[in-house]
Amino acid sequence: MVDVIRATGLVKTYGELRALDGLDLAVPEGTVLGVLGPNGAGKTTAVRILTTLLPADAGSAEVAGFDVARQPGKVREQIGLSGQYAAVDEYLTGYENLDMVGRLYGLGARRSRERARELLERFTLAESADRPVKTYSGGMRRRLDLAGALVAQPAVLFLDEPTTGLDPRGRTDMWEVIVELVKSGTTLLLTTQYLEEADRLADDILVIDHGRAIAQGTADELKAQVGGERVEIVVGTPADLASAQAVLAGLADGPVVVDEHTRRITAPVKGGAGVLMEALRRLDTEGVAVLDVALRRPTLDDVFLTLTGHAAEAEEQNKGKGKGRKPTTAQLEETSTR
Amino acid sequence: MSAMTIQKALGDGAIVAKRNLIKIKRVPDLLVFSTMSPIMFILLFAYVFGSAIHVPGLSYREFLIPGIFAQTVIFGATITGAGLADDIQKGIIDRFRSLPMSRSAVLVGRTTSDVLNNVLVITIMSLTGLAVGWRIRSSVFEAAGGFLLLLLFAYAISWIMAWVGLIVPTPEVVNNASFMIIFPLTFVANTFVPTNGFPHGLRAIANWNPVSSVTQAARELFGNTSDKFPAPKDWSLQHPVLYTLAWVVLLLAVFIPLSVRQYKRAASR
Repeated sequence: MVDVIRATGLVKTYGELRALDGLDLAVPEGTVLGVLGPNGAGKTTAVRILTTLLPADAGSAEVAGFDVARQPGKVREQIGLSGQYAAVDEYLTGYENLDMVGRLYGLGARRSRERARELLERFTLAESADRPVKTYSGGMRRRLDLAGALVAQPAVLFLDEPTTGLDPRGRTDMWEVIVELVKSGTTLLLTTQYLEEADRLADDILVIDHGRAIAQGTADELKAQVGGERVEIVVGTPADLASAQAVLAGLADGPVVVDEHTRRITAPVKGGAGVLMEALRRLDTEGVAVLDVALRRPTLDDVFLTLTGHAAEAEEQNKGKGKGRKPTTAQLEETSTR
Repeated sequence: MSAMTIQKALGDGAIVAKRNLIKIKRVPDLLVFSTMSPIMFILLFAYVFGSAIHVPGLSYREFLIPGIFAQTVIFGATITGAGLADDIQKGIIDRFRSLPMSRSAVLVGRTTSDVLNNVLVITIMSLTGLAVGWRIRSSVFEAAGGFLLLLLFAYAISWIMAWVGLIVPTPEVVNNASFMIIFPLTFVANTFVPTNGFPHGLRAIANWNPVSSVTQAARELFGNTSDKFPAPKDWSLQHPVLYTLAWVVLLLAVFIPLSVRQYKRAASR
């Protein structure tokens, strides 16, 4: 398959800070790459370089066969970008926003109008189409921003943290929209801080930290790397430890760990809730009194702890306060959190 | 630039200008506030200061109105800077920059819509002026020339403000900075009082200030002058139209390329 997006050795520094430190990535045609990393990892900087908004200090990148530095105009004709900060005009209506973008893509007046109506319908914004965006909720603005990126039916799409700052409902809606989009064969590069999101949307996940790639693979491969799922059981009496360990060993796909002091038994498993149910059934049959039970999945923190040796948490705290903040300052702050 | 790229810049510019004008329509407060302070100025100067300022052979109000026009359109031009800074802050410039549109369209559109805003403001001001006793005593052509020159001068200032708007971090800074610069610029001039009473050095600065020449040109084109009160002998005020046009050309020649260059890297900061 042809790589529609390819970057080699991208470097971008802001003074002393290396926002990108030799990043390589490739996205084959019609696939979705999820770029996963904490705030400050260089995700936004990478997207800005690939979408011609920012020149790289070193390295090269091609999008849809055009060099981002030498043929930025050609690249812009092929791409759609939806950023972290919904870049829609609050004083225009949803319809006017999309119509304007269509005209600026050079679609012409008639086609722009049609396309705007089509997209508003598709993104369930038709009812609010003629209201100023000022009156929209955060989720509606994001959907409108994404619709803006799709106006010219671009072959390549960049979504920079499409769900950051959305409530769970807004996030689920956004995911549905993106899943639909991907079915139609668009090549997509998506950045996110959430493993779950990358898992749900991406074919391939690239984990980046400090401006460089530290791991790449499918969601399953990455999860396996960070330990996968595990069942945790706390038993009532020390006497039950041995029989409980035997039950879990029969279901685990790795060594079972027993902590005698807390009477906790941890077993790596595959199969999720089904395995948990089976474990409980067998423990019940054995007459083991279970005090506490949990099925744990790897989180972004697990990924980062395992892959980088540092937690993503400190950087996570920066999130949320930056709504509507200037992207450029955000980048500098991002990098300064190291 | 080839004819094609100029055509594209104008076409895309018109689309962006339309977007800015919709904002004026949706937020009429902006227009109300941008005309309220000049109307207040007219009333304050006409009735408070006017009682103490004497212009030989001419009513003070006729002397005053072209000066207030000049000050108002210059302040009107600052919207360009605040608007662009706002667009950068909200990320809209990023969206524009990722589109296959002309690189100068956002600036062309912004400066164009701000001139149209100024047309609206100057219309309201003229009506207020007429209400307090200002009269146009020249021909229609000359009067049209006067308005055109004021707007052209404001357009040139818009391009300075475009550059400022692209280099400062927030719209608030544009507003504060322009207030600090434009206030002295429009007061150290013949806008509100004749300059012949100014201290010597200040008088020279005032007479060569392009704000004075555009005001003097407007007074002459509206017929708000008197034989008993001739223009100062400085070349700038003897040939105010020519001197103003020279400034317009100079400002556009410097700030259009500077602003376009800054726009291309605006979001790279």
